[in-house]
Amino acid sequence: MAIEIQLTDGGLMQIKPILAALGHHKAGTTLIAMQIALTLAVVCNALFIIHARIERLSRPTGIDESSLIVVNNKWVGPIADVPARQAADVSTLRSLAGVADVYPTNNFPLMGGGWQSGVRTKPDVGNGDLATAVYFVDDHAVNTLGLRLVEGRNFRSDEIGSLEENGTPDAPVVMVTRSLATRLFPEGSALGKVMYIGNSAARPSTIIGIVEHLQSAETSIDEDARWKDVTLVPMHLTWSQVFFVVRAQPGQRDALLKSVPAALKAISRRRVIPEPHGVIAFTDIREEAYRSDRGLAWMMGGISLILLGVTAAGIVGLTSFWVGQRRRQIGIRRALGATRRDILSYFLTENLLISLGGVSVGVVLAVVMNRWLMSQFETSALALSYVVIGALILLLLGQLAVLAPAMRASKVPPVEATRTV
Amino acid sequence: MFGYYLQLGFRSLRRNPVLTALMVLVIGVGVAASMTTYSVFRATSGDPIPQKSSQLYIAQLDNYGPGESDSEPMPWLTWRDSLALMNAHRAKRQTALYPIGASVVSDDPTQLASPVRGYAAFADMFPMFDVPFQYGGPWSAEDDESRARVIVIGKTLNDRLFHGENSVGRELDLDGAKFRIVGVTQRWDARPRFFDLDNHRGFGDLGELYMPFHRAIDDHRMPEGGNVCNRPSKPGWDNFIRSECIFVSLWVELPTAAAAADYRRFLRDYSNQQRDAGRFTWEPNVRLRNVMEWLAFRHVVPPEARMSLLIALAFLVICLVNVVGLLLAKFMRRAPEIGVRRALGASRRDIYAQFLVEAASVGLAGGVLGVLLTGVGVLGIGLVFEPAIAKLAHLSISLLCLTVGVALASTLLAAFYPTWRAAQVQPAWQLKSN
Repeated sequence: MAIEIQLTDGGLMQIKPILAALGHHKAGTTLIAMQIALTLAVVCNALFIIHARIERLSRPTGIDESSLIVVNNKWVGPIADVPARQAADVSTLRSLAGVADVYPTNNFPLMGGGWQSGVRTKPDVGNGDLATAVYFVDDHAVNTLGLRLVEGRNFRSDEIGSLEENGTPDAPVVMVTRSLATRLFPEGSALGKVMYIGNSAARPSTIIGIVEHLQSAETSIDEDARWKDVTLVPMHLTWSQVFFVVRAQPGQRDALLKSVPAALKAISRRRVIPEPHGVIAFTDIREEAYRSDRGLAWMMGGISLILLGVTAAGIVGLTSFWVGQRRRQIGIRRALGATRRDILSYFLTENLLISLGGVSVGVVLAVVMNRWLMSQFETSALALSYVVIGALILLLLGQLAVLAPAMRASKVPPVEATRTV
Repeated sequence: MFGYYLQLGFRSLRRNPVLTALMVLVIGVGVAASMTTYSVFRATSGDPIPQKSSQLYIAQLDNYGPGESDSEPMPWLTWRDSLALMNAHRAKRQTALYPIGASVVSDDPTQLASPVRGYAAFADMFPMFDVPFQYGGPWSAEDDESRARVIVIGKTLNDRLFHGENSVGRELDLDGAKFRIVGVTQRWDARPRFFDLDNHRGFGDLGELYMPFHRAIDDHRMPEGGNVCNRPSKPGWDNFIRSECIFVSLWVELPTAAAAADYRRFLRDYSNQQRDAGRFTWEPNVRLRNVMEWLAFRHVVPPEARMSLLIALAFLVICLVNVVGLLLAKFMRRAPEIGVRRALGASRRDIYAQFLVEAASVGLAGGVLGVLLTGVGVLGIGLVFEPAIAKLAHLSISLLCLTVGVALASTLLAAFYPTWRAAQVQPAWQLKSN
């Protein structure tokens, strides 16, 4: 009802006297407009941050998350025994009931941190900032993770080398993600081409397979530009610490969280599987990796809601005061023939004018605030739609907030004109 | 007079309970949001070792040469550079240091070994960082040289393994080798861990184990912190540590600015020597940063902490603008009352005093509500920040006082304009219009 009245001719005709009346309430008008402006600036930036964070945390890893668990294992004892112990553990796990497949690795998506390396397409020419996450895997990784191979083939078991401690990652054959392939070889297919992992001393690695998508281990927002750039290097690790990535058969995942560590302990107890996160479902890893993104989004959402509430309360408070102050004038207008609709529309229009003033300042403030945030944090430029949506929300909020006091004003009887306050 | 104003204030606040409650709520929420985020910011941006932070420096040396964009040298050193600088003994005290991991093997064969984080360091580290001891003390400089199998353990590990008893002289099995305990540190809460920033940004649990640097190197203990190689090293540990791979931090204690300037010159000279020897082909590019400079350089304060603090402050400002409006409405509604009081002889000062007292009581109530909400907020910090950081933020007496103080001060600030307007009320005009 309110909006409809708002648009009648009568409403628009009132603008001049409203402006004149506002001139008598400079302080209150400025305060409401200022509050609307500041709220708009904060709310549209907050909405934008929420959107960016939600977009970030819904990025796909490219792996079959719901059926994977990860075991953090460290063998205690001579390092020379590690290869044999690793092989024994892996073969035991692969034959364990409920296990679909297993591979040992240094790193997996969303682990945080990890092995990063520069990459180049020619041995002696650097490719600028091109870099990749390096996952050391064997021929079971593609099946375990459920990766989609778009070109080429998987590793063969005879292609898996051995990475001595701190040795080099430059295997003769590698697989890369499609994103990295496109970056390295923007023109034409990367399949069969040669890349160099590391610096000029690196040996050539031939790309034998391209997977559709696999996320890097980095969760830091600074590394977001490279989140899809991963190289799979076929190497057996010879470090004392590795991760076993285990794919469960359908419905078996939760049972494996217990049976996998039990099976490992049965082989040998000379190992460390840290409590409590030594054996963890991948869904929990995702939960943890994006905790601060989700938290920030919730907090921004909460603050925006409270802000809108506070602003609405401020408008209700000041408008009520004005209505109280002007009871006599309202009475006079009513006595002179103004209808209740006219009074209602007067206050709605008044609020609309103030809100429009506030919103126009707020748009500028929002952009300034966004520029500043961009200079301080890794945020991008505010999309116009957020400003428009924010402005509409505030205009609507203003109208809703003013409705109750305006209704009360419209109920002031004409007889009020004859009374002293 | 103050008591009378307080009474007037309470009476007036009772007259519009909704408006009053609204103001208290707005102040409470605004202050609580700021204080909750501030508690995180304070916990992450503090000085971990205030008595020494200006005398402790970390040395950086560019062994990679000018990069494509970044002119900063890498944050770590190679094994050989750190030892060469150590052995020159140009600082009052010095320690090369890197984070390590070890497995404590239990005497009970049915138990799995348990992982412990720790540091490979020199004996100088303990007096340099003012590490407090519960039992025993640091190992000796001779132990450093002789690569003795000695360790210092932390209180938490001592409590877990020896039930808090004095374990000095006892032995611990680390990865199958026996180490003699020479000291047990007290709880040591220096946060962020300025010397261990690659573990949860320096906010994770402190390592519970300290081992002589040379012993750790001899035992092939892998660095558990930053580790960067710009060119591949040949396989094997000995090749790794002799390569250009960097993983060691060199901390030095330099009591005066002059000593720091000397040390900086020494780093440049060392870099020049390496150039003369043909290892470096570039101009010396060295840094010597003290603790706070180092923390700033490594961006230790999480961006979420800064961002949420800023948003919360903007939020508080909006709340204050709102309170200005509400107080203005409230005070101006009482123009007739002010007129009467002025006509009866109250001065402008009296009006100021009366309304500021009234505002202060609103601010105080807002502060009390703010304390409660800050408590709730601090409990909820774990939803936004990682646990390692969330558990650092806690309610303290100082935070509570600050909350009430900020509520009071900001309300008075907000009340200033409405009070001024109230004091401007013309008694004659008010009396006449009535």
